[in-house]
Amino acid sequence: MLAIKTTGLGKRYGSLTAVNDVNLEIIQGELFCLLGINGAGKTTLIKMLSCLTVPTEGDAVVGGYSIVHEARRVKHLIGVSPQETAVAPNLTVQENLALIGGLHSLSRKEMALRISELCQQLNLSSVLQRKAGKLSGGWQRRVSIAMALISRPQILFLDEPTLGLDVIARHSLWEMIRSLKGSVTILLTTHYMEEAEALCDRVGIMQNGRLITTDTVAQLCSKTNTDTLASAFVSVIQEDLL
Amino acid sequence: MKMMIFAKRCTKEILRDPLTLCFGLGFPLMILLLLHTIQSNIPAALFTLNSLAPGVAVFGLSFMTLFSATLISKDRESAFLQRLYTTPLSGIDFVLGYMLPLLPMALGQSFLCYLCAILLGLPVSIHLLFSLIGVLPMAVFHIALGLLCGSVLRVKQVSGICGALLTNLSAWLSGVWFDLNLAGDVFGFVASLLPFFHAAEWNKALLQGNAGSAVSHLFPILIYSTLTTIAAIYCFLRQMKKQ
Repeated sequence: MLAIKTTGLGKRYGSLTAVNDVNLEIIQGELFCLLGINGAGKTTLIKMLSCLTVPTEGDAVVGGYSIVHEARRVKHLIGVSPQETAVAPNLTVQENLALIGGLHSLSRKEMALRISELCQQLNLSSVLQRKAGKLSGGWQRRVSIAMALISRPQILFLDEPTLGLDVIARHSLWEMIRSLKGSVTILLTTHYMEEAEALCDRVGIMQNGRLITTDTVAQLCSKTNTDTLASAFVSVIQEDLL
Repeated sequence: MKMMIFAKRCTKEILRDPLTLCFGLGFPLMILLLLHTIQSNIPAALFTLNSLAPGVAVFGLSFMTLFSATLISKDRESAFLQRLYTTPLSGIDFVLGYMLPLLPMALGQSFLCYLCAILLGLPVSIHLLFSLIGVLPMAVFHIALGLLCGSVLRVKQVSGICGALLTNLSAWLSGVWFDLNLAGDVFGFVASLLPFFHAAEWNKALLQGNAGSAVSHLFPILIYSTLTTIAAIYCFLRQMKKQ
């Protein structure tokens, strides 16, 4: 069953085309990774799919609902961790989690359970009562991801989730993301090829707003006669430029 | 329900900022004490408590603009608002969630101002209560202005425009510190076009039991409050769609 299906999805800002005619299908429980150089359109695509930006062309069905006509229904199903660590600075970590849980109508009992689960998954117990704004960048990113997960979303959008994290924190986050595989559909953007290689079922490569290819890492390497995703990525990008 | 959860968050964000408490509560009280001390050392009746206290209460409301504009512009710049836009909160939930927590704060601030004035010798009467409630239309104006500025300005611009400029405008053009006629016809005319002077006069009249004769000062406040609220809601929803 499809979790996300886009049909001719596009976004223009005046004369600038940020995303152009994207047709993408992601099946339920899949971990799909969007790759591309800066300005390729990855974040704009995620913004459209998470109902932050209205597309100027086409439509997408997310969790069975149109992002253009049924945005409110889509918002009940998704969790989003934006590129920037988006936390309420003067609220404690627990209050930040409770805020997003409350906005998704979680009951008190369910909220307490989810906070306890996320504390275990993301090792947040030691900072739970600290103000989010006083935490380091790495901790804030963990909190930001926990906020995206608190409502048990069916579909999770992670925009460069490990940006700015040290190696240990990155690997622990990878473990957490792996643990969600199968139960949650994840669309992740990253600049780290090893991250995509380690985590994703399939990758999509974007260039100048277009989705130029989607495939498994193995198939991409095979098609481009390369050994690593990084080499395959460069090969695909260069071939498209020719 | 969702709006209340969001409003609770906004309340915590504002009240947990030490600068907020320092400026929002401390500064108006300090002015009240300072001008009362000056009054007790001069023979002329320049800063009598029954006209000074309502004036300072109205002046203190200008900090509500700073609080709400700062919160909203910070939320916009930090991408926190973007995250909230992906939740099931509606546009009206956002607007009310940002505006409603500031109304009790405005009342609380005015209450403290009058309490301080009572301790300094202002007689207690029922008119105090009327004057306290009478700050509400002007509070709505200032809170809506904060929503408007927070929707279109960046954090640095907010501190300059809502912090320095607006508080000064509110102070100089209210007629609380000096008789506006002393500053010339043009100054008086400009002051009469803006709501600050009318708000000070309206609250003074309420405290002195002359509300009937001061209704003409209430209309400009209501017009400004209504128009600013409409403009603020429009600008907020517009920037929400522009995401």
